[in-house]
Amino acid sequence: MSNRSLIVWAATAALALVVVVSTALYLSINSGKPGGTVLSSLVGGPFKLTTHDGHELSDKDLRGKPFAIFFGFTHCPEVCPTSMLELGELMERLGPDADRMRYLFVTVDPERDTAKHLKEYLSNFDRRLIGLVGTPKEINEIAKAYRVYYEKVPTSGDYTINHTATVYLMNSEGKLASTLAYGEEMDVRLQKLKRLIGLN
Amino acid sequence: MKHFTALFTAVLVMAAANIAKTQEYKVGRIKILKPWIRETPKGSKVAGGFMTIHNEGKTTDVLVGGTFKASARVEIHEMAIVNDVMKMRELANGLKIEPGASVVLKPGSYHVMFMGLEQKLTVGSFVAGTLNFAKAGTVDVTYRIEPMGKGRMKRGSHGGDSKTHNGHKK
Repeated sequence: MSNRSLIVWAATAALALVVVVSTALYLSINSGKPGGTVLSSLVGGPFKLTTHDGHELSDKDLRGKPFAIFFGFTHCPEVCPTSMLELGELMERLGPDADRMRYLFVTVDPERDTAKHLKEYLSNFDRRLIGLVGTPKEINEIAKAYRVYYEKVPTSGDYTINHTATVYLMNSEGKLASTLAYGEEMDVRLQKLKRLIGLN
Repeated sequence: MKHFTALFTAVLVMAAANIAKTQEYKVGRIKILKPWIRETPKGSKVAGGFMTIHNEGKTTDVLVGGTFKASARVEIHEMAIVNDVMKMRELANGLKIEPGASVVLKPGSYHVMFMGLEQKLTVGSFVAGTLNFAKAGTVDVTYRIEPMGKGRMKRGSHGGDSKTHNGHKK
């Protein structure tokens, strides 16, 4: 290989490296920012599921209103009921403004969580919570779209599911605006919701 | 004599009531304090039990299992939130309690997992069960049912109680 083509190769490689590194930096800097550009397009996407009332609901049906979306299961002893309880409390604190957005609970346990079962479970919490069920394939698709981790873990008598505990806040276009972390200060969560619905 | 019997009975009743109120149970060198469970959503098939276990003995003991009046099976579990993912796993070999040590089963950590729950657990009620220790043996306990939000995990909390304005929606 001549010196010239060697230089060209080296330069191309260096340029490629610069592009990769700067993209990675850009992505990492933008992650977590409300309405952050690059990451917001990485979370969320098309899906088609069934509500706890037995109706079909797709991502298109959600356009026009921001929404909070949580992934859990009814055989969850702590994180899920607490998250639903706390969402309810936040809705109460929002007052009539709570209706400016939607609240979704997607099951990651399609085998046990039927629409009927999820409906009964959610009846314990704020009635505005929308439960979503689907086939294992449909659930897998939405989990992938939202980059949600879930994993079935056998126990001696049954199984439990490890899952992402975060609540994703999506804007009216279906793009990620922010997140609520489990155990986060309620005042902080309230501010995030207010920002989501355009109140501050 | 009549008075003595009456007094004796009264003392016995008070003692029993006290035990139920203080919820302190002993078996061998193990002491169990205040077992409690959160109220369950109607239709829930699972519940988590919490308590403090103290080993006053000189050797390690292990909580290996138990029974619960309102559920088909009982397992011992550990829960943790790791990088925003809730992870739960069964402690198949049980929960070890070192000599002189206390282990607290609480939300966000260890718990007794009740599976195949047969009834809704409502606040203020008490439900019986047993706990089984490898060395100390089996002991009867009574769980007190507490509000759903009790003992919530708080991220970066700076002490103080959680702001539990329990807007219970039913």
